[in-house]
Order: sequence, then C-alpha cells, then structure tokens
Amino acid sequence: MESKRASFEGALEALGVTVASTTESELEAAVTEAVTEPAVGVAPDEAVADEAFSLTETPVTVDPTPVALREATTGVTEAELGIGDYGSLVLSMTDQASELVSLFVERHVAILYEEDIQPDMDAAVAELDERFNETGGSAIIATGPSATADMGALVKGAHGPREVHVIIVEEGV
Amino acid sequence: MATADEIRELMRTEGAAVAENTQGFNTGRYDSVADLEDYEELKRAARSIKEDAIEDLPDLLDQLTETVEANGGTVYIADDAADANDYIRDVVDERAADRVVKSKSMTSEEIEVNEALEADGVDVVETDLGEWVLQIADEAPSHIVAPAIHKSRESIAELFNEQFDPDEPLETAEELTHFAREKLGEQIVDAEVGITGANFIAADTGTMALVTSEGNARKTVAATDTHVAVAGVEKVIPTVADLHPFIELIGRSGTGQDITSYVSLLTPPVDTPVVDFTDDETPLSEFDSDRDFHLVLIDNGRLEMRDDEQLRETLYCIRCSACSNSCANFQSVGGHAFGGETYSGGIATGWEAGIEGVDVAEEFNDLCTGCTRCVNACPVGIDIPWINTVVRDRINRDKDAPGEWLVDGLTPDEEDDGAPLQKRFFGNFETVAKLGSATAPVSNWLAGTTLSRRAMDRILGIDPRRDLPTFERETLVDWAASRDSQVAKPERRAVLYPDLYTNHVQVERGKAAVKVLESLGVDVVVPPAPSSGRAPLSQGMIATATDHAERVTETLGPHIEDGRDVVVIEPSDHAMFTREYERLIDEAAFTSIAENSYEVFEYVFGLLDNGASVESLSTATGAEIAYHSHCQQRTLGLEAHTVAVLEDCGYDVVTSDVECCGMAGSFGYKSDYYELSMDVGDRLRTQLRDDGVQDRPVVASGTSCLEQIDALLERQPRHPIELLAT
Ligand code: SF4
Repeated sequence: MESKRASFEGALEALGVTVASTTESELEAAVTEAVTEPAVGVAPDEAVADEAFSLTETPVTVDPTPVALREATTGVTEAELGIGDYGSLVLSMTDQASELVSLFVERHVAILYEEDIQPDMDAAVAELDERFNETGGSAIIATGPSATADMGALVKGAHGPREVHVIIVEEGV
Repeated sequence: MATADEIRELMRTEGAAVAENTQGFNTGRYDSVADLEDYEELKRAARSIKEDAIEDLPDLLDQLTETVEANGGTVYIADDAADANDYIRDVVDERAADRVVKSKSMTSEEIEVNEALEADGVDVVETDLGEWVLQIADEAPSHIVAPAIHKSRESIAELFNEQFDPDEPLETAEELTHFAREKLGEQIVDAEVGITGANFIAADTGTMALVTSEGNARKTVAATDTHVAVAGVEKVIPTVADLHPFIELIGRSGTGQDITSYVSLLTPPVDTPVVDFTDDETPLSEFDSDRDFHLVLIDNGRLEMRDDEQLRETLYCIRCSACSNSCANFQSVGGHAFGGETYSGGIATGWEAGIEGVDVAEEFNDLCTGCTRCVNACPVGIDIPWINTVVRDRINRDKDAPGEWLVDGLTPDEEDDGAPLQKRFFGNFETVAKLGSATAPVSNWLAGTTLSRRAMDRILGIDPRRDLPTFERETLVDWAASRDSQVAKPERRAVLYPDLYTNHVQVERGKAAVKVLESLGVDVVVPPAPSSGRAPLSQGMIATATDHAERVTETLGPHIEDGRDVVVIEPSDHAMFTREYERLIDEAAFTSIAENSYEVFEYVFGLLDNGASVESLSTATGAEIAYHSHCQQRTLGLEAHTVAVLEDCGYDVVTSDVECCGMAGSFGYKSDYYELSMDVGDRLRTQLRDDGVQDRPVVASGTSCLEQIDALLERQPRHPIELLAT
C-alpha cells in the first residue's frame, strides 16, 4: 500500500499536482482549505464515518446552477481511482454532473480514498474493463492539468483546469 | 511531386518551427519509452491486438453495432466520404443545429465534413487550439497529432491580432491560449452537436477512447446533446482491456508525454446532464441527460486495404506520429510537403494510396529514403519503409518506360515494367560501377567534366553540386584475388561481402577490413558477388531487387555451407541481408543468410568478446574521435558494437544522435532533393562542429554518410575499420 501511494504521490508531484492527505474526520477542513472560492462540487458517493459526506460544512456549493458553475473557480469531485505509476485520476461521469464540475473550472480538487489507488495502468484498465462490462459506463483518465503546446510553448489550462489538487483520504482513522 | 522550389519555400517558411517541434517530440519519445520496463512487450501486445482485430474486422463491426445499439446509440457504416457526409448532414439537420463543435479528428479531415456542413449554412468550429488556428488561417494540418506544428508563436499572434483586433495585442503563448480558450469556450457551450473522432472503440461494450491534452474532446461531448463520433472502421478492437498497451504507448510515441492529460473512455450516450449554460436557477442534477449518439464508421477504401497483403499493415496504425517525428526529411519540410490530401509523414503513403489512390501517394512518396529510423519508433511495428517501397513500385509500374539511350546503354534493366529513367539509373548502379572501374581513370575524368555534369543533371536529375564517387581501377575483389591469406591456423573463416562501393570506390576500407579480420585470426575470402539489391529496392524496383537477392544468396550460399561467416561492411547491405530479404526470397534462404551475416564491427566485437586480443589491432591511447553511425545500422541495434570496439582500442568516442545524415544513398544526389538533403545534413554538421567535437577526426559507417559528411565538413571522414588496421 505504502509503495503504491508513494509512487502515486511522486507522479503527482512530477505533474505539478498538489497533494494533501487527511482522515475522514478532517475531510471537511481539508476541502475548505483546498478550495478557492467561489467553489462548486459534487459530494462523494462514499459514506464517511457512516454518514453521507455532504460538503455542507464547507464553502462548496453542491449541485450549483449552470451559471454558478461557470462563475466558479474551484470544482470539487470524487476520483474513482488513482493510478500509481502515472499519477492519473479516474473520474466518473455521474448524473450529478461531476464531469462538468471537474472540467469547467480553473482548479479541480479531487477527493480520493487511499484504498482506491491502483498500482499501475494495467490494473486500472482491468478494473474499468470489469466495471464497463457489468454496467456500461464511462470514465476519464485525467493526468495532471489540461495543457496545450499549440501556441508555441507549453501552457497549462487549455480547455480544462489549469490546477489540480488531490486530497487523499486515509482509511480507518 | 513537391518540386524543388516548393520544398525550398516550405523549408524557408515552415522549416524552423517544424524542426524544433518534431525534434522535441522525438527526443521526448526516446526519454519517455526508456522509462518503460516492458516497452518491447507492450509494442508486441499492441501489434498483436491490431493484427487480430483487422483479421476479425467484419465480426467485430457486427458486434460493435449490436452493443452500441443496445446502449441506445446508432451505428452507420459509410462506404466513402460522400456517404458519411450525407449521414452527418442529416443528423445535424434533424437536430436543427446552427453550430457544430469539433474535436480534432483526422478522419473528419479525410471526409472534409466541415465543407459539407458549411455548405448547409452550419457554423463549424474546431475546438483543438492548433486546429482552430488553422481554421482561422485557412490552412491544412501539417502533422497528424500537432496540426499547426509549422506555425510559430509569432505567426499565431500576428494571425489573432489581425483577425480579432483585441484591445491589447496578444503576444505570449499564455495570452494566446487564454484568448482562444475564452473564445472557444463561448462557442462550445452554445453548440448543439459535437463531432469527435475516436482513437479506439471496444466492440464488447461500445466504449470509445479519445486521447487529448486540452480537454476539448470532453467539452465537445459534455456541452452538446448530440454526439457524432467519426472514425475509420480500423479503429475497432475487441475489448476494453485491450486498450491497455495503447494507453501506455500512444502519448509516449507521439509527443513524448508519458500519457496525455485526458483519455476519455466513453460509452455513449453518457450520463452527464445536458444543461443550459445560461440557466441561473436550475441545479445541474435536475437537467436530464437526454443524449443522442451516432457512431459513423468509414470504410473509404479500408476494407480493400485489408485484402491487400502489402497495404494491410497500414490499418494497424494508431496515428501517433512517431514515424513523422523520427523522420529526418519530415523534420525539415513537415507534412505540407511530406503528405497527401489528409495524412502526412511516412505512413501517409499507405493511407493515401489506400484511400485516395496511388497517384496522390506519388506526390510525396519519394521523400521516404528508406532509412528505417521510423521502424522501431512505430508502436505497432509497421514496416513503414516497406510500404513506401511497395507503393513506389506500383507507381513505377503505372508509368511508361521512357527508353532513353543513355540509361538503356548503362543500365540494361531486368525490370521491363518501366521505372522512370532516374530511378533506373540509380537502381542499376551496379552496371555503372562496373563500367566505371573498368574504364577508370577515364570514367572519373569524363564524369567530372562540365558537359557531362550538365547532361547528367538534365537527363538523370543528378545535382551538379554533388561530388561523384571516384572509381578505382583495381577493385577489392581483384586485390584480394592477387594475395594469399595471411592466417596460418584460422580461428574462424569468413567471406567478406564486396559491396558495390567497397569493391569499386572505397576499396581502402575493404582492404582494412580484410587486414583487421586477419589480425584477429580469421581466414578471409572476397569472392565476386552481385550487389545486394539495395539500390533498385530504394527506387521501388522490387523485381530487380529480388533478382539481386536471389543471385546474392546463390553466390554466398556455398560459402555459408562451407562454414564461413558473412561479414558486411556496408550497413545498408547488411540490413538487406537481415531485414529486407525476408520480403524478397524464400524463408530458408533468408534464414541462412540472415543468421550468418554480421556487420563488420559486430563481428569484430564478437571476436574480441570470444578472446581475440585487441593488441593485434592498431590501438590508440585516449585519442578523441567523433562517430556517426548509419541509420539502418542503428535501427538494427548495431551502433553500440562500433563504439565498444573503438573504446576497447583506446579511443574516446562521441556519437551523433541525429536520425539520419540526409543522404540515404541516391536521394541526396537528386537535384530535386539536394537542398533538403543538405538541410538535414546541417543538423549533423552542427553536432560535428559542437564544442569538444569540432577538432575530432570523424568516422562513419555508411557509404552515403561518408559522402554526405565529406560534403558537409572540411575534415574528411573515414570508415572506422580503417583506424583498426595495422
Ligand atoms: S505508422 Fe506507426 S509510428 Fe506512424 S503514426 Fe502510425 S502507429 Fe504511429
């Protein structure tokens, strides 16, 4: 576990993605610290300490209007998987519009449960293969911020976010 | 064909930007794949998935159609561009769309869907930043991955400032990107239909993979309610799990990124709600996700390519662009010269021949010199130079034989199907060389006169600025026949292959090779032998090359049976024996010659490794030397042997790492390509003139490299074997 996590964090750092780690009980504080307002978000599916984690105690507007989304600086969503060797995040596309929230913002804050870090791309694709076969479904493998070199030099933040921040939620605390 | 003038103009206007970007991508590729422990394994896996998928294509298409329809989408298999466009126009019309946003897709370039939709009054907006620049500039892409690679930041700034007249003139890459992002962002949220390509589509679930860095494909899909994905039928693979090697390889191969920012794995229609971006009251989750999905799969000649033994491999191509970036000529001229109507670079010959026709491929096919530097770069192992050779052969066969007296006299052509004059001259250089040696020095004097240089330029297209090879009166074979072996109790026995140049022109390197081998205890014979067939093969004269291959194996066969190793000085001939002959002669003959042939330094390396003493060679103590390996030798992984042997002999070696010297045999002699050849050569010259290199004597393995370096530098290069002879 430690090595997967270490390689994941190393890869994130190389991508210029910042990382914070927290416990379930401190998650709200971690999110609050991570966002730049105005912030919008989609609450994670996972239950935190037996209760649905709703982001209500944070400055994040959950389920915003489209206009609020476009005015937001930060978007907070859950990441389904982390991929150790690449520092990639697997983002899902929910009917709560997580895809829009993670994409139409300057800063994407991803909440990732430590146990969802996969060692490598092979393992991650195998897991997606299984899931897609059961339920159909879609996902984005997102690695670092959006970028382009089309204008003569590498620039971060082309159509998508220019900053990505990952909050790793440690288990069992 | 791009004329010399067009090539010159493109080098002047686009060359610098293309060179910088492609070389950056290419270096990035080397660095990035070096981090992969199982790179070769991943390439093999990728290749085998594509091989099987193309084999099973009809079944996979049926399966995919079923899954996509079960998911609620529609599949349309279009015969050709017009058919595809009609379908897409209907979809757009039915949706009553005013604006279509597109995420870059070569297939939609191929069918020119923009023009079709614009004719209906639809506003079509490219969302890839590079593609958008070209849309504004009204230009065609010059690269399959980075369409605007030929444009510098300054020229984009100029274009934007002229076109949009912003309050503050735009200047930096940041400013330009931000401006484009804002402009395009508005147009994307305002569009009804999104068109994307698809890099791969899994038949089992209907999941498509879209590879981008900017996020424009994501926005194109998410912000519209009707998604049309346009892809060639060859993009289908069996399962989602099969995506794995491609995800690891595609970004690394193309731009040298370990992975691009976004790999979208979409099983449309997706769950993301379709929102009205001007709505300030309704929460996102309350919008429904009523989405329409159309997968348009285009045949346009591909199914015929599948039945074409030689062009079939083209369908394995994943459009990563590694072949373009590693191509020395592409690095100089880019896809506007080295490309057809849609596709560019080495593999474009296969694509354009398959989907547009051989005549379109003809326009740029000659820019592939067959150096093979793209071969190991290709993540699916396509033998791109072979496809170019096949297409060249087909182009030759389409032509009438010109039947000029000069070439007919010099080059009695076994191939009566009419390659053009110039190709037949270079393709039959063996005859020229024989005649040249037999009549030397008169032939050399005659070839050097202004009058004959003018005639050669006019009739054969041989550039008068090139020095011609000087033929030796005494060939290597004659020399060897006139002396006895110097080895009493041989450790091994070898036959030194007298290639055309070593035998007639660079006889000294041949003599040096014999002496070195003898010093290491090898009994050497140098029998007369036909030329390898490299020259005709380069000209696309496959039948002639095959005839050479057969005669060479017949000549060398008895020596091999007799227990002799075949030692080859000229790397391009060694590559013939171990690579191309597989395509030309039967398997047993190929295996025999391939397994028993060694490049001369590979052989020396082996001898030293097996206990021969370096002391019997001429050694140096820390002498500095610069070494330029040969393109085909590097592709075969044989550069290291020369370096190791030279170091063993006490040399301090620096090596060049430009992909190719720019000569590649006859290519550099041709008037049409002289300047391009020199432009490529300039990169080698720069390396050989670097600090710490500028005073080093230069050695090079290949004939054409030696000639090119001779033209580029004051320092006259030699073959490294000449350093070792005592
Ligand atoms: S031929 Fe190979 S290297 Fe070239 S674009 Fe296709 S897959 Fe990439």
